[in-house]
Amino acid sequence: MLETIGVSSMNDLLVDIPQTLRLESLQLPAGLSEFETMAQVTALANRNRVFADRLTFRGGGVYRRFIPAAVAAVTSKPEFYTAYTPYQAEASQGTLQAIFEFQTLIAELAGLDVANASLYDGATAVAEAAMMAYVHTGRNEVLVSGYVHPEYVQVLRAFGEGRGIKVRKGGEPNKKTAAVIFQQPDFLGLLVDPRALTAAAHEVGALAIAAVDPISLAILAPPGEYDADIAVGEGQQLGLPPSFGGPHVGFVACKRELVRKLPGRLVGTAHDAAGRRGFVLALAAREQHIRREKATSNICTNHSLCALAAAVYLTYMGPYGLRQVAEVSFTRAHVLAERLAALPGWELAFPERQFLNEFPIRVPKGSAVVRKLARKGILGGLDVNRWFRELKGVLTFTCTEVNDPRAIDELLQALAS
Amino acid sequence: MTEPLSFELSRPAVDPPRLPDANVAGPSPADVLPRGALRAKPPGLPRLSEPEIMRHYSRMASLNYSISENFYPLGSCTMKYNPVVNEAAAALPGFAELHPYQDEETVQGALELMWRLEQALCAIVGVDRVTLQPAAGAHGEWTALRMIRAYQHSRGEARTEVLVPDSAHGTNPASAALSGFQVVEVKSGGDGRISLADLESKLSPRTSALMLTNPNTLGLFEREILDIAELVHSTGAMLYYDGANLNAFMGICRPGDMGFDAVHMNLHKTFTTPHGGGGPGAGPVGVKSELVPFLPAPTVERTNGRLTLDHKRPQSIGRVRSFYGNFGMLVRAYTYILAMGGDGLSQASRDAVLSANYLRKLLDGHLEMPHDGPCMHEFVASAHNLTVQDGVRALDVAKALLDREFYAPTVYFPLVVPEAIMVEPTETESKATLDAFAQAVREIVAQAKTDPQGLHQEPKRTPVGRLDEVAAARRINAYLQGQSEDPVLRWKAAAESPS
Repeated sequence: MLETIGVSSMNDLLVDIPQTLRLESLQLPAGLSEFETMAQVTALANRNRVFADRLTFRGGGVYRRFIPAAVAAVTSKPEFYTAYTPYQAEASQGTLQAIFEFQTLIAELAGLDVANASLYDGATAVAEAAMMAYVHTGRNEVLVSGYVHPEYVQVLRAFGEGRGIKVRKGGEPNKKTAAVIFQQPDFLGLLVDPRALTAAAHEVGALAIAAVDPISLAILAPPGEYDADIAVGEGQQLGLPPSFGGPHVGFVACKRELVRKLPGRLVGTAHDAAGRRGFVLALAAREQHIRREKATSNICTNHSLCALAAAVYLTYMGPYGLRQVAEVSFTRAHVLAERLAALPGWELAFPERQFLNEFPIRVPKGSAVVRKLARKGILGGLDVNRWFRELKGVLTFTCTEVNDPRAIDELLQALAS
Repeated sequence: MTEPLSFELSRPAVDPPRLPDANVAGPSPADVLPRGALRAKPPGLPRLSEPEIMRHYSRMASLNYSISENFYPLGSCTMKYNPVVNEAAAALPGFAELHPYQDEETVQGALELMWRLEQALCAIVGVDRVTLQPAAGAHGEWTALRMIRAYQHSRGEARTEVLVPDSAHGTNPASAALSGFQVVEVKSGGDGRISLADLESKLSPRTSALMLTNPNTLGLFEREILDIAELVHSTGAMLYYDGANLNAFMGICRPGDMGFDAVHMNLHKTFTTPHGGGGPGAGPVGVKSELVPFLPAPTVERTNGRLTLDHKRPQSIGRVRSFYGNFGMLVRAYTYILAMGGDGLSQASRDAVLSANYLRKLLDGHLEMPHDGPCMHEFVASAHNLTVQDGVRALDVAKALLDREFYAPTVYFPLVVPEAIMVEPTETESKATLDAFAQAVREIVAQAKTDPQGLHQEPKRTPVGRLDEVAAARRINAYLQGQSEDPVLRWKAAAESPS
């Protein structure tokens, strides 16, 4: 190859690099065989403690759910996971169609007009939605109402600072408010009144942004029904393992009049000369590779493979499977809440509020309780006091279809011992 | 060949999958929740049996080109082979089943992996610390600019401009704008490299940073990088490295040594995590010591062998993503680095440069090469002559390659080259593949003389032919303006939703 190029050595190809910059070698160990590589990586994996899914009662934005085998069977197809961003539509119809189906599934769940091809996670989805509201209304304050996931709010603040957007927590919206952001159910698992929050936002000309749990939408009124303008959320529960927090998948859906402000990729239908339907990246004029500094967002890619997982999951479940999952979780969580609240000294933190499958409970010596459970192989509730000073001694417990009734018994027995 | 949508395949007669029942006496939502809180009608999800689902997605998979089957000479995207051992590593239950809010004592292996990956990336690019939080390259760019801004603010400097070369990736100006900066463009000189004179004229006390990739998007090493760095630093501004082109020189030189203060890396390019049809990726950012206090929180710290997450970083720009980033991608990249080692990574970059120069030579004379070689890991050719003489555009060449079972090179980028065709072969392709690709390009160029009309009609062998994006855009506009009820961006049932 060197001969074809017309040089005598590899170094002749590196002549443009100043000698003073040249390295002798990298300060890294030498390479390993696959066997040795896996041995080292496995040793690291084994230094982590994995709690059985049925004994995991901790949520806080990441949940253990039943994942049908079909999901990994599809996402591990190399035709999907080793494909590139679908710039060449004719060679990427599988990916493009999967995204188009994902967009439709999310729009159906949210009851809104259009959803995008996905975002990095729930937190960046909230931040991007706030940017949409800022651009749409020309106002530079967003109001975070109630217990929105603290990490979502942190990411929102970091994003907002770049564009001069102020993040206000609590209080009433006013004429400066671009959007009211609320979470349904909220970070603690409690239901809010989305109709009232949406109406209050609209009253002052602000947008209503609902951060929603996608599985809850099998049973709860969808954002479109209560007139929210934008729905966002985290799709981890739709077929993705916890994976220490990522990769997961964010989603955003909105009303028709906001579609041009959507960040990231959008897939639409198109036709070839023979009239066959295909799928293409649409409305690219919003995006950074065309608009550069005037783009609606700097997002170049999405979380395609995770969106594919979500699409397979939702297709597998169908409308009634998804409802079954949500209802079973609901019933078991309520049984768990009742049994925990009956323990001496334990009481529901907000007994007057409704919840679905996660709830806050005041626990005497919460951290000791969690440690005790861990010794029995149970991942107990999440101490939310680290984010909210007023919630001293409050743990949130979650219960889904993977926490069978015997697992609940085991949790109670461990607590009684 | 096309595949119906799952919604079109849906049959109301399909039973839902068998799922656990509650198996315990307790309330159902309808017993407890007010009617207004409940969904009136089930969501319009499709209803398919598992065999139908598996066939549906398998047929869709067959409509894709992918690295597992095709050569992707996609400039700037570093589409190298994705070792399957990476997938095995990320799927280990000790990683995949970890909850992000487990107590630190129970996730020491995960934190150790993050720590070691950070150390390795520091060694490769020559920086002091790395944040692994950003989920993608553009996210990393933005994170780096936020840190630079916070650093300058902490010194009482109000710098408002970011300089971006005209050949830069589109994400650069977009990230700068979203970080609150004005974007100022710096011109390339005749040799395709940044013009020092133009750079000097654009630098001012308002300049916060210069965003640069080296080798630049033309695949050319910025020979005067040390002078550029000195010039930028002399005005008190910082130098930001866009890591899209890091595959050119691992083990050969390091951006940190060139004077870059912040460096983002694409684990999905250089470090073989799969692209997934457009994500998830990961875009860690490395910084020199002066920017360390501003890193996103939490950072991973290691004291006496014990690993912790440090959330108490008063000068931090905050959090840029929930939890700790795309951890599963970090596992894959770490596995790759372990397997390759320092020697393997150095060889990979050398092979990438060799492949690019070889392919460039094979195509020279068939396509225009607007800049002199040698190139680094990629090169930019131009189809301008074909366009002028035969009316054949870069896009036609790209589409014709699809019919020859090659993915297309990046076209129309960088913007400074007319009818640009940007080729990056990577180190994982064999000489035979490069020869076959060159042969295909030569045939297409020859066909441009004899049958340009035929080229306009390609591709013909792909599942669909060239799709009419103009008509699609018109339909979307009609929908967005309320003149049509066909949403184009989603499927919609003709009359009733399928529930």
